[in-house]
Amino acid sequence: MKRLLIDTWRWLDDRFGISALIGPSLKHLVPQDARWWYVFGSATMLAFIVQVATGVALAFSYASSSSQAYETLQFITNEAPFGSFLRGMHYFGASAMVLMVGAHMAQTFLFGSYKFPREMNWTTGVLLLGFTLVMGFTGQLLRWDQTAAWSVVVAAEQAGRVPLIGNFLAQFILGGTTIGGATLSRFFAIHVFIMPALMFVFIGIHLMLVLRHGIAEPPTAGKEVDPKTYRHEYEELMQKTGHPFWPDGAWRDFVFGTGLIIVIALLAYFVGPPVLDKPPDPSILHADPRPDWYLLWYFALLALIPRELEGYVMILGPVLIGILLLAAPILNNRGERAPSRRPWSIAVVLLSVIMIGSLWIVGANSPWSPNFDPPPLTEKVIGASSGPVFEGARVFQAKGCLNCHLISGDGGRRGPDLTYIGDTLSQGDIIIRIVNGGVNMPAYGNSIKPDELEQLTAFLQSRKRPMPAGLETTHR
Amino acid sequence: MNDVTADHSTPQQRLTPEEITRRRFLEKLCIGLSGICAAILGIPIVGFIVAPIFRRTTGKWISVGNITDYEVGKTVSVTITDPSSLPWAGITARNALWLRRVNESDFIAFSVNCTHLGCPVRWLADAGLFMCPCHGGVYYSDGTVAAGPPPKPLIRYDVRTANGQVEIKTMAIPITTTTRL
Repeated sequence: MKRLLIDTWRWLDDRFGISALIGPSLKHLVPQDARWWYVFGSATMLAFIVQVATGVALAFSYASSSSQAYETLQFITNEAPFGSFLRGMHYFGASAMVLMVGAHMAQTFLFGSYKFPREMNWTTGVLLLGFTLVMGFTGQLLRWDQTAAWSVVVAAEQAGRVPLIGNFLAQFILGGTTIGGATLSRFFAIHVFIMPALMFVFIGIHLMLVLRHGIAEPPTAGKEVDPKTYRHEYEELMQKTGHPFWPDGAWRDFVFGTGLIIVIALLAYFVGPPVLDKPPDPSILHADPRPDWYLLWYFALLALIPRELEGYVMILGPVLIGILLLAAPILNNRGERAPSRRPWSIAVVLLSVIMIGSLWIVGANSPWSPNFDPPPLTEKVIGASSGPVFEGARVFQAKGCLNCHLISGDGGRRGPDLTYIGDTLSQGDIIIRIVNGGVNMPAYGNSIKPDELEQLTAFLQSRKRPMPAGLETTHR
Repeated sequence: MNDVTADHSTPQQRLTPEEITRRRFLEKLCIGLSGICAAILGIPIVGFIVAPIFRRTTGKWISVGNITDYEVGKTVSVTITDPSSLPWAGITARNALWLRRVNESDFIAFSVNCTHLGCPVRWLADAGLFMCPCHGGVYYSDGTVAAGPPPKPLIRYDVRTANGQVEIKTMAIPITTTTRL
């Protein structure tokens, strides 16, 4: 039996030329010291394979119709065998892909691997990063719940800021002038056909370039890249110390990749897929659209940048970042590769991580958003059950102040915490703020009655730090 | 590395000038035919995909109920269904707007879309403010900007009353473009 199988394989291999085709690629020499730092590229590709496999499976039950997609997702999540698990795999696979592509890019940048002769490896990688983010965003929209529907509107509004063609782009995204029958199918076609096709092509080119130029050896301080001599030196190094990719180099990719898939599966099983929001009915106004975590930092950025810079940041920001990333190897393709000799490269990566991380944390809390459902202030917090202070607290809630300001931990975080405002502002200052408004606060002069203003001021003046027990006694 | 080792092309020096001319012609013929094939496929495909950009929909007057259904001074959300939507739009064809009866005969209708990035604003009746959940835009009761990042007031719908009915003229999702800023 074994003999038969071997003979069959040999016959097929001879006729198809499988070994002849793949063998040289598998056996190509890689640097012996290319170890765990080098697993992120293959892990990204593995995450992409997970996405393709789970995506194809989900497409068996998903209907890309604006009127039915939500119901099919409910079916997939709640009824179909393995449906919830597959949705979870697809979601966490996307998250893994974003993380791995980021790690791969950071490692390539820090090791100076984008330099001669691998400039195009980097450039195709940057394009693949862009495609990955587009896939992430369009994937969130295919969830086609309330958040997805409003995210389409937000995307159209952002596209609308592009000079001259903004309105056309917005209509292209919406599939018309409003959300409707044509909206979802556009994103389905982009997410399932166009972007994956582009990614297959560019992953193919990226891999071909990896084989053509070889895997960059780990950098050594003092050893500079000189385009005149680099190829010869690399060839010599590989002949001297290189080892075949299969299996000497590949085993780490397999170990790390297996770990990655296990983590994705565990998260899919124990955490599960993102919960479906309300149906995509634009007439339901109790909506709070937020992007998935990998774009949350951008959501935060749009809330925090000064209004006058917003147009530039929204449109020119991504274009500039894209140009800078694509141009990096053209601007600097020779010289030192070691991060110890390129401290600015460490600074760039660290600053990027800190910036995105900080924006991500702020975005997750989104303190600029009003709290639409704050719990009512209790008598204990108010410190009174009747009188002007108590009535002022009621005005504070009714006028929406509590939606934006914290009082003893309850309320919104959009404006300053007013728990101890009575310690810092006088009665006159409080009245001026309420009547005239502030930098980011509405003026209530036209909408608040004199007695309400008086009560509200009394309430705010009563917000003082409790006096220490000893002092209280002395005071008495 | 991985260089092509076998060159199967015919050496140029063996060709006569006539053959070279013929070969150049055939090359150009193939490229030209490929271009024609690409155009035959590409023009309708691109045209089909970008068609929504050029689709013009005009607003239609639709009734949102009797005048007497609305209390003077009160702002309420009204649900409408886009009459020009595609048949398979389902619930996505629905939309909402904020409608206020100003006096016996006049109404104001605001788009629910925040002029910052289009999120749905909510009306806080006691505060007399519209607030946006996304980036914290706040508008006064007349739709003018009170706080936050919105670059301009809430967009208003055309409203009219006829035969005891309140009518709204449907419109596209208002897109805040750079040119209008």
